[in-house]
Amino acid sequence: MAEREQKKKPAPARQDEVVEDAPPVSEKGEKIKAELDELLDEIDEVLEENAEDFVRSYVQKGGQ
Amino acid sequence: MAIRKVLGVETEFGIMHRGAGESNPIAASSMLINAYVSSLARSVGFDFEDEHPEIDARGYSVGDAQPPEVDTHLVNAVLTNGARYYVDHAHPELSTPECADAREVVVWDRAAERILQVSMEAASKQLPEGQEIVVHKNNSDGKGNSYGCHENYLMDRSVPFGRVVTGILPFFVTRQLMVGAGKVGCEATGMSSREVPFQISQRADFFEEEVGLETTLKRPIVNTRDEPHCDAQKYRRLHVIVGDANLSEVCTYLKVGTTAIVLSLIEDDELPQRELALAAPVPALRRVSWDLSLSLPLDMADGSKMTALEIQWEYLDAAKKYAESHGLDSVGEEVGADVLRRWEATLTALESDPMSLASTVDWVAKKKLYEAYMERHGVEWGDGKLAALDLQYHDLRPGRSLATRVGLERITTDAEVEAAMTTPPATTRAWFRGTCLSKWASSIVAANWDSLVFDVGGDPLRRVPMMEPLRGTAAMLEELVESCRTPAELIERLGA
Repeated sequence: MAEREQKKKPAPARQDEVVEDAPPVSEKGEKIKAELDELLDEIDEVLEENAEDFVRSYVQKGGQ
Repeated sequence: MAIRKVLGVETEFGIMHRGAGESNPIAASSMLINAYVSSLARSVGFDFEDEHPEIDARGYSVGDAQPPEVDTHLVNAVLTNGARYYVDHAHPELSTPECADAREVVVWDRAAERILQVSMEAASKQLPEGQEIVVHKNNSDGKGNSYGCHENYLMDRSVPFGRVVTGILPFFVTRQLMVGAGKVGCEATGMSSREVPFQISQRADFFEEEVGLETTLKRPIVNTRDEPHCDAQKYRRLHVIVGDANLSEVCTYLKVGTTAIVLSLIEDDELPQRELALAAPVPALRRVSWDLSLSLPLDMADGSKMTALEIQWEYLDAAKKYAESHGLDSVGEEVGADVLRRWEATLTALESDPMSLASTVDWVAKKKLYEAYMERHGVEWGDGKLAALDLQYHDLRPGRSLATRVGLERITTDAEVEAAMTTPPATTRAWFRGTCLSKWASSIVAANWDSLVFDVGGDPLRRVPMMEPLRGTAAMLEELVESCRTPAELIERLGA
């Protein structure tokens, strides 16, 4: 139970420490944003043309 | 002690025949599966044309409580990996072979996706220019029609079914937090997509009963189909219809892995000490799915309130105690321990930072993607483009799939998935089924879950029963099967 409490509620002090010890947080943040941008570019490319028509015409028979 | 949780999943896929005017889903499904089976025939000498309607696995089960709704003239094939691939309710459906642990389920579930991909390619080659068959691994068309991804677990027949129901209901209502596939919009009666623009589960909107036999109408959270496909005196096959089809491997792994552990707890009567009965499980299933704050208090039968996460923590705590006192042999020690670790890590993250699960949990991966998309394009929930993204997340065409592009963690390798398309798990009777089909397809006149019927010429047909899901494994029979040159020799040596 003690272990669970610890995992459920990470001590704030420990979080601060992580922030202090890791100055490249913003770099990391930027990397994540860049990856997301890249993903969104790719999504725009692979998204069906007339995607909304596709959705409208997508009707399935009910199954189990 | 809890018996080994032999398990598997059966998925009904969404299907569309594009460019052909009116799309007939039954014809399209038949064509899709036939295209696959006939492409296979050339390589392994298979002949699964539907002049063998007896290949219908369900047609052979003894003591059917519920006659299966299967049109036997429809395509119905048993594959060399031990799976069954067929048309059901106007959808292509694939049942994985029986697996011995959650990780194997993930491997053969991914193999199922690959089989559907190869089927699409094969079918499209037969179609005129401008037409194609498109398959989605999802559970809803967004217009109120749903189709399932069912799970099956082997259970001890001696456990009273009432205990199973009581024990599993609160778990089924709440496990979606970890394994929901996510959905744009709402299809429940009396609720609009304006109020619920995005939710955790594909399926939650469609459940109307707590317990019952139905699968297509008034769907129950706990299904009572009693069709064990094995020794009915000893075993029960719990048929679970409440889950979503997952694209995330980790979700599939956790979905069947945690459920198998909870079912072991139920068998050994080691459920959480605390009373977890919900006052109203059916509305709770939907409310949990609609509540993206993950903090909604649910009314419990005893008058108290708990959140879905709190209920999950109770199950996890009980499971950890169980692992210490009983071990996890029933789900595989190594896999079981790994499932427990991931279960705990997932609940912890759901509590502190749900969005950190974007690489493992489908609904979170979707939410992150859609929010980023909304920000870039200046659109809001309710925009048609989001419904399009949500459909395409489940698209199995490699060139279109969004699920394969969002960075989901893999727990399988491509090589093992490719192998699993044609080879069965070594650990269950599926090994015997699949291996015999590879070696002697032309001598097998019928294959189903619990028997193989051989025509060895001259004599009457010889039926090899497989009533024990854990017999017929590679460890038990590989040497024997490898040393037989003909099926007749096999039959003789098996004493069948």
